[in-house]
Order: sequence, then structure tokens, then C-alpha cells
Amino acid sequence: MLARCAYIALTQNAMEPCRLAATELACRRGDRVLFSGLSLALEAGEALQVTGPNGTGKSSLIRILAGLMRPFAGDVERAGSMALIDERLALDEHLPLGSALDFWQKLDGCGVPDAALATLQLQGLLEVPVRFLSTGQRKRAGLARLLNSGRQVWLLDEPLNGLDDQARGAVEALLALHCGGGGIAVVASHQPIALPGQKTLHLPNFTA
Amino acid sequence: MKALMALLRRDLGALLPGSSRGNSLLPLLFFLAVSMLYPFAVGPEPELLAATGGGVIWVAALLAAILPLDRLLAPDVESGFFDQWALRGIAEEVVVAVRLLAHWLSFGPFIIAAAFPASALVGIDGPTLHVVLLGLLAGTPGLAAIGIIIAAVTVGLKGGGAALSGLLMVPLAVPLLIFGAGSLSTGGESGLALTAAISLVLVAIAPFAGGAAIRAAREG
Repeated sequence: MLARCAYIALTQNAMEPCRLAATELACRRGDRVLFSGLSLALEAGEALQVTGPNGTGKSSLIRILAGLMRPFAGDVERAGSMALIDERLALDEHLPLGSALDFWQKLDGCGVPDAALATLQLQGLLEVPVRFLSTGQRKRAGLARLLNSGRQVWLLDEPLNGLDDQARGAVEALLALHCGGGGIAVVASHQPIALPGQKTLHLPNFTA
Repeated sequence: MKALMALLRRDLGALLPGSSRGNSLLPLLFFLAVSMLYPFAVGPEPELLAATGGGVIWVAALLAAILPLDRLLAPDVESGFFDQWALRGIAEEVVVAVRLLAHWLSFGPFIIAAAFPASALVGIDGPTLHVVLLGLLAGTPGLAAIGIIIAAVTVGLKGGGAALSGLLMVPLAVPLLIFGAGSLSTGGESGLALTAAISLVLVAIAPFAGGAAIRAAREG
């Protein structure tokens, strides 16, 4: 189903297993410590859902794991290539979806986007400028960028927002396939999502 | 290398006049409009125009370089491009350096070309035009570098960033203006050489200053 890019990810995995571990993480926003003493360790093939109400620091945790935000305390250990999906699409709004995705395909060196587009049902939208896409379509476009990147560690911030049931099923299937191929996924979501292993981390348990 | 070309192609697609974002012809038209207004404002005496025209072209070039600043980096930070580049191991410095080149290409050569009709409008003669053109060639990379540093520093500001960039740009561009436009009155090479030297220093520090500013904005 996922042609060559997923295959590239798999062969990379075979050479060098990915790993994501955090020890005693703490996160501070302004004067508030959102969470502290948080440790996690994910080996190749594992997935983790981060749960918790709004404002408990799910997105901050994802950004810390991605290395885009410095933790207030603690360390993150990363092995393998990282990919991030959050509410910001990183696709040029004025370009047709096809050209916008094409820019990232050039950077990531992936030339076979068709499988990902078919899974996410985006083929009919390639000529539509990104700014005209609906919430759910934008989310799916972001996932297409993620699939084409062929990365080992997926960090997904609310990937199910705005998706219909069918697209939700597709995301769950993609996650299962990714982890089955030796990838790691961390999914921050307040909605239930079926993940391989069904490991969860409830953030309010770590609030000070 | 492939990544750099992809970045440069995207930047040029967004910044070059007549590109998909569409409004980047404005700096050029603005430059010509200022040169056209000047004779109307000060009167048609040829001596006065010839003596001051070169300086007016310089001021118009500086003002035209301010116009694209708010669209230079902020949209890419807001829509998450810099985060995605960081995850792929593409440093902010590299992105800013490529953007600096694209920014200069999208206004420098066009301003230099537009200096020909502008020189006719403000009535300066051949030798003066020669010094103006060399000065702009030496000075516009410096203007682009100041612009990109300011765009990076103001990247986290919500609203009001555009006006502030303009205000910041003017004092920082004063050295370039003094030596660039000053070379007109001395007729000389030392002014041009100093302009080029300032430009080189600015171009050399801009990627590092810009990259640091963008990283600092991400932490905030």
C-alpha cells in the first residue's frame, strides 16, 4: 500500500533501529510548571498516546520530544529521523496542493507520493490551492507530507482533529503499518485512537 | 545541495516580481513613483535636479527595500516551515542565507535597472548615473542583509511588525546611505569601496543573526 517511501523507512530501520527516550522531563510555560518528573522510553515498533485535558502540556511535550523546545529540566534521547505534524501545515497556502507537497518531496527525496495520496484520498484535490482546503482536508494533506518524508519517529499533535470516520480509520491503519515496520509513533490526542500496543501516558498524572 | 536548490526555487517563486504571491512588483513601482514625484515637488530647475537627483534615487532604493520585509520570513515561521526544516536538520542559518540571496535577486537587479528611467526623471547626467549604478550594485546587498536581519528579529511580533521594521531599517541603513550617496559628491571610488565593504560585512553576519533570532522566537 505504501510503495517506496515506506520501504525506504523500513530499510533505514533495518540498518539502525530508532529509539526515543525521555528522563525526568519538566516543562514550564510562563510561571506555570505544566508537568514534571515525566519519563518515557519507546523502542522500535512501539506507539504511545499522550492524553489529558486542554492546557496540560500535550503539545509542549511533543515539541520538547521533537527538539523544538528546550525542556525546563530533563533530557531527551533520540535515535532515528523525526517527523512532526501539528496544527501548522507548512504548505504554501497560495499554491495548488500538488506543488505544495512537491516542495517537501524534493527535500525528502521521495518520488513516489501516489500511494500516500490514494490512502488519504487526496488525488482529486491536487489542483486545489491549499488555502481552499477544508479542515479535514488540510489535516490529510499534512499526513501526506508525513508519509512521504519516510521518517522513523512520528510525533503527531492531535492528528484526528476534523477528520471523518473513514479518514480516522485510515490514520489508525497507517499508524499500525508504521509501527509494524519498526517505526515509533507518539500521538497527542484527547480523542480515543487505536494504536498498536495501546500504551498511554496521562499527562495530569505528572502535574506538580 | 539539492535541498538548497529546492529552497532557492521556492523563495524565488514567492519573491520575484510577478510571482505567485503577486504583489512583489510594488517595491519597483514605488521606487519609480518616488523618482517621478521628486521633480514635481522641488521644481524643474535642471541644476538643482542634477545636484540632488542621485541622492533621491538612493533614498528611493532604501524605502523600496523596506516594503517586502514583513512577508520575508514571518509567514514561514507562522505556518511551521522553520520547524519542519529544523526537524530535517536544515539549519536556520542556511535557510536565511538562501532567503537573503532570493530577497536581493528579487529587488536589487530590478532597482538597478529601474535606475536608468529614474535617472532620466530626476535629470542626472551620464557620469553621475555611472556612480549611482555602481553604488547601488555595491549597496543593495547590504540593504537586503539589513532587511533580512530585521525581518528575523521582528518575526514573533503579532501586528505592527511592518511599521516597526521600517523604523528599524532607516537608522541601520544610514552608513550605507552616507558612503553610497556620498560617493556622488566626491565622484569617487573610496566611497564605493566603503559601501561594498559595509555590504560584505552585513551579508556575512545576516545569516547568523537571522538564524539566532528565529530560534529565539521559537523558544518564546
